[in-house]
Amino acid sequence: MVAPGSRGEVALFVTCLVDLMRPSIAFSALKLIEAAGYVAVVPEAQTCCGQPGYNSGDTAAARALARKFIAEFERFPYIVAPSGSCAGTVRTHYPDLFANEPEWRARAEALAAKTFELTQFLVDVAGVTEVPGDFSGSVTYHDSCSGLRELGVKQQPRTLLDRMPGVKRIEMRECEECCGFGGLFSVKYPDISGAIVQRKCDAIRGSGAYAVALGDLGCMMNIEGRLRRNGDELTQVIHIAELLAGDVGGQG
Amino acid sequence: MHFVSRVRQRLDDPELQRNLKRTRGRNAASRAAAVAAFPDFDAVRARATEIRASVLRDLDVWLERFEQKAIERGATVLWARDGDHACDLIIDIARRHGVRTVVKSKSMVSEEAGLNAALEAAGIRPVETDLGEYILQINDNEPPSHIIMPVIHKSKEQVSELFARVHGTAPKTDIEELTHEARAVLRPEFLGADMGLSGGNFLVAETGSVAIVTNEGNGRLCTTLPRVHVALTGIEKVIPTLEDLATLLRILPRSATGQAITNYVSMLTGPKQAGDADGPEHMYFVLVDGGRADLLGSEFEAMLRCIRCGACMNHCPVYQTIGGHSYGWVYPGPMGSVLTPLYQGLDKAMDLPHAATLCNQCGVVCPVSIPLPELMRTLREKQVERGLRPWSERIATKLWAWVAARPTLYALGTRVAVRYLRWLADGRDRIQVMGVAPGWTAQRDFPAPAAKTFRELYAERRRGGGQ
Ligand code: SF4
Repeated sequence: MVAPGSRGEVALFVTCLVDLMRPSIAFSALKLIEAAGYVAVVPEAQTCCGQPGYNSGDTAAARALARKFIAEFERFPYIVAPSGSCAGTVRTHYPDLFANEPEWRARAEALAAKTFELTQFLVDVAGVTEVPGDFSGSVTYHDSCSGLRELGVKQQPRTLLDRMPGVKRIEMRECEECCGFGGLFSVKYPDISGAIVQRKCDAIRGSGAYAVALGDLGCMMNIEGRLRRNGDELTQVIHIAELLAGDVGGQG
Repeated sequence: MHFVSRVRQRLDDPELQRNLKRTRGRNAASRAAAVAAFPDFDAVRARATEIRASVLRDLDVWLERFEQKAIERGATVLWARDGDHACDLIIDIARRHGVRTVVKSKSMVSEEAGLNAALEAAGIRPVETDLGEYILQINDNEPPSHIIMPVIHKSKEQVSELFARVHGTAPKTDIEELTHEARAVLRPEFLGADMGLSGGNFLVAETGSVAIVTNEGNGRLCTTLPRVHVALTGIEKVIPTLEDLATLLRILPRSATGQAITNYVSMLTGPKQAGDADGPEHMYFVLVDGGRADLLGSEFEAMLRCIRCGACMNHCPVYQTIGGHSYGWVYPGPMGSVLTPLYQGLDKAMDLPHAATLCNQCGVVCPVSIPLPELMRTLREKQVERGLRPWSERIATKLWAWVAARPTLYALGTRVAVRYLRWLADGRDRIQVMGVAPGWTAQRDFPAPAAKTFRELYAERRRGGGQ
């Protein structure tokens, strides 16, 4: 066990969706970062990483928000987000946004190198082997696209889940398939999105797990919303941060 | 018809949905098995990417070298500005040689050009000999729904019914029997045709050859039996050497169908020479630009690396849901969502670059590492730059970005939003009808937010002396 706060500062990027919808996820993330021996800091003026603008093709808007983000977060040794999608934007897309501005590009690259998705940070950087949570029940993990394919988040959440004696981990079929969220895609093309998320819900139910855990709130809302619309009131949809931190109830 | 209506129609077609479900994941599984059994896959993929990328850097040079070699071997090389021009050139060739019937092996460029319709209008009879393409042709010239498996959207029962109706035979349900029936129809066509038309998977510059990969052997018959052979393909298909071909052949079938190699790989170099047992008397290349040259040096150049393996659509959650016909033009799936707006015009395919979750399953499997989601996103940018997006969307994005750049205002906005959503939820843990995003609640509930934003709660916690 490392002494609390002895490992330096970590800035938490709450993400706009967590701020708005499920603040508890950010509190769980803070708890996990602190449990790993760091001082968790929440830069106050943070808002959104700019991804919605970026994916809508409004590069100017995305660039403006990227500048704001860089200026706010670059002084920290580590930046952590409870979202593969937002961390992915910073890590893989910020440098591209400044292709023609060498100075900003260098700053973006420096920031990208120290920005992590939460479980990636906990396992790959902090070397965490114990987590505070004591969840008990069967859990299946959904690999959200950006975390998996932009950041390589795959084993990290599973490693941590396997550290929890009460968790029985079950793999669903096609766990790497997209859930059909895709940000604005979900509201622009609801019919397609609905058909894709239905397949994801079928895979989750097919696994027989009590809960599905995942690392992105957007995908969570999509999956939970569809399960409930289908009349499934039982399957729990849990953010990996809350599960690891012990902030959600388990089975039975 | 508008993209969204086409999609709705496909989603409401129970037969199509059944067929999509039956094939979903099948090609992806075959590819995964082939990749697992081929330890060099990543290295070959990197090499294949480099080969294709380097050709594009000097495309004119490689095309000239190809042309020179092809001419040396007795072939004629013709350049087509676009699809219409290609049709004109091919009709000219057909007339010069007194051609009445053309047997065709699979060519997507022929679909791009609308060649069959042009030939028919000129009084020349095209006969598709790839089994899939043949099925589509006898079904009122239905367009293909996949670039390498053109009838993937049909069940064998549908094919059986079609054969019985068109051939006037007893319905068969055994696939082998159906294949025999098609073969019996096509045999005399091969023997009687005056011209064979093929596509081209690769053009090899050092030898002036076209390489064709097929699984049915029809490509071989089309290119060797008739008096005249025309190879129709895009100008981007050239590669420098036979060694490069060997590299690309190691990755193309594995990515496409999971095969280590296709049943047939044909290399065709010039017309029949003295002493050759078979081959055409005349060989032509019709090499089409059709918007390709414009992509050179642009941010879309990577798209020209495409070797038409179909892996991107085989792994696309959207394609697997809506099928190839929803895309509206020749090329479906992620590669089509990039190519259609580039070749047909940005404003002709406004939805395609947006109708993607950007999950990047395509980019990960593409054998020549084309960053398909990045290209779709860049197309979205182009739409914004050219003012093609609806004004409401543009204003919404601008407003959102303006507010997000002002933390105090943003904090206020989110506080209001949370209260509003809570009011909508009316004490429940979810919202079932949401006016601001009807698309969301059309398909799923919207989980209600917590009572306060993180920002508020965190400030309270700090005031409370928690930290
Ligand atoms: S874009 Fe890539 S994956 Fe798709 S067809 Fe072309 S080469 Fe294959």
